[in-house]
Amino acid sequence: MKQYPILDKKDTRSGFGAGLLQLGNQNPEVVALCADLTGSVKMDAFQKAFPERFFQVGIAEANMMGIAAGMATAGKIPFTGTFANFSTGRVYDQIRQSIAYSQKNVKICASHAGLTLGEDGATHQILEDLGLMKMLPNMTVINPCDYNQTKAATLAIADWNGAVYLRFGRPVVPVFLPENTPFEIGKALLLQEGSDVSIFATGHLVWQALEACQQLAQKGISAEIINIHTIKPLDEVAILQSIQKTKCAVSAEEHQKHGGLGDSIAQVLVQKMPCPLEMVAVQDTFGESGKPEELMQKYGLTAANIVDAAQKAIARKNA
Amino acid sequence: MELQKLENIAKQVRRDIVRMVHQVQSGHPGGSLGCTELLVALYFKIMRYQLPFKMEGKNEDVFFLSNGHISPVWYSVLARAGFFEVKELATFRKIDSRLQGHPATAEHLEGIRVASGSLGQGLSVAIGMAQAKKLNQDNKIVYVLMGDGEQQEGQIWEAAMYAAHHEVDNLVAIIDYNGQQIDGAVEQVMNLKDLAAKWKAFGWEVLTIEKGNQMQETIKTMEHAATLTHKKQPILVLMKTEMGYGVDFMMGSHKWHGIAPNDEQLEKALAQLEQTLGDY
Repeated sequence: MKQYPILDKKDTRSGFGAGLLQLGNQNPEVVALCADLTGSVKMDAFQKAFPERFFQVGIAEANMMGIAAGMATAGKIPFTGTFANFSTGRVYDQIRQSIAYSQKNVKICASHAGLTLGEDGATHQILEDLGLMKMLPNMTVINPCDYNQTKAATLAIADWNGAVYLRFGRPVVPVFLPENTPFEIGKALLLQEGSDVSIFATGHLVWQALEACQQLAQKGISAEIINIHTIKPLDEVAILQSIQKTKCAVSAEEHQKHGGLGDSIAQVLVQKMPCPLEMVAVQDTFGESGKPEELMQKYGLTAANIVDAAQKAIARKNA
Repeated sequence: MELQKLENIAKQVRRDIVRMVHQVQSGHPGGSLGCTELLVALYFKIMRYQLPFKMEGKNEDVFFLSNGHISPVWYSVLARAGFFEVKELATFRKIDSRLQGHPATAEHLEGIRVASGSLGQGLSVAIGMAQAKKLNQDNKIVYVLMGDGEQQEGQIWEAAMYAAHHEVDNLVAIIDYNGQQIDGAVEQVMNLKDLAAKWKAFGWEVLTIEKGNQMQETIKTMEHAATLTHKKQPILVLMKTEMGYGVDFMMGSHKWHGIAPNDEQLEKALAQLEQTLGDY
């Protein structure tokens, strides 16, 4: 079995900050806009290095999306930064009309997504953002799993022509993908080959899936772990190839079960290769205050939950 | 271009507007007729731009329409200015047309840089374009037209605050101050009170066009606005117009905001609007 030692512990938002700084050096067309959360979303290094290309918008996210659309019209590559909640739900119509429908090359970079935002509670813990964004035509949706992948994704989206939603988080979590791991938008990453069940995980749940894989192995179950970092366009080929072998699946994400990765996978499976699918996701509730690990446990988003789901999927397959 | 020629273009644009809206029995003639002088002045006298159309608008003056529902006047002026063929006006609001009900970029209609229709967004987009021009050392001007009812949208005031704070001084925003919106008079629906004072308080240089349906005054004020750019303040032009101007029975009421004339009304309207450049 392939091993993924913990290389370091870092927050994914810092991967974004490092990627953005590198982009500032590489590409003079890259500009950054932030709505009063420069430190929190790790745009401060870019701001310091490229003050003329950094735009403080204040607490006015709708305006930020419009300005980004205007800058993109003139050929710039704007990266907007704020919390995931304020990057999506708050400004949905601005994104829909001025960015997605208008085909603008804007990169919407969203930190503090999901339950792992922690103590601030449900007002800030958006669990609907992937669904909101994946529904928009012309929108690419990416949810990387660790620091290195977030940095790689940040670099990749600058070269991708079109609107992108890039989602990352607040807590310090394991860095387990080597720095040189290839990142290709729309191409799933096979982390572990297996034959009994396919586990499709995104974001912070990828590490949980790898842990679940070890636990399943101890029970004699061979799980295939696939990292779906790009929610849209979804890598259907990788999903179907895996399912052809395992004949059952688990999806795992820090998001509502409605509208998330599980939904997208279910759509592919029911149309092309029907099979049992269990979804590890938030079950149609809001979050609450608490420590990230406590919340992940309470809302059922841990390795143990993935193990249970995998066993259930296998049982349904064999029934 | 001399005044008489501009006025002739405006007459033809008004015919185009009424005919387009009549043909599909939908669209917004009232505001379109009211903003005819401004758009003709901008595209035939004030703005410096190049054809064929380029999205990025480098080293060109650019225009955004935030109140996208008055698309008929914009489409007519763009066609008459040579952005696309005049005969394409006949496709307005029809299936497979590039002339969508509200302006859009998806069909690549020359002259349109962002979709508009959902109100309140155009000023922000214009600011972004203006700041990108500064980064590109491009000293041309960005123009944006908004409606007066649109001033009720919160995003407008986010953008107003931002533009003054960041000294976006290569920007001229215009408000079509016709006093009407869908549900009635603006002051009845949601009173804007002293709009000029509001924009001044936000840090903008404010000019007024008292008679926005007179070509000469419109040109004079817009030329003056251009001279005030690049002085550390964004410019706002409060343009008083009459909804439905040029067609007597469409004037002085909000009723013609978003309805189309029937055959008889079309005939009555066209009798008041001289054909100067040839109908499409």
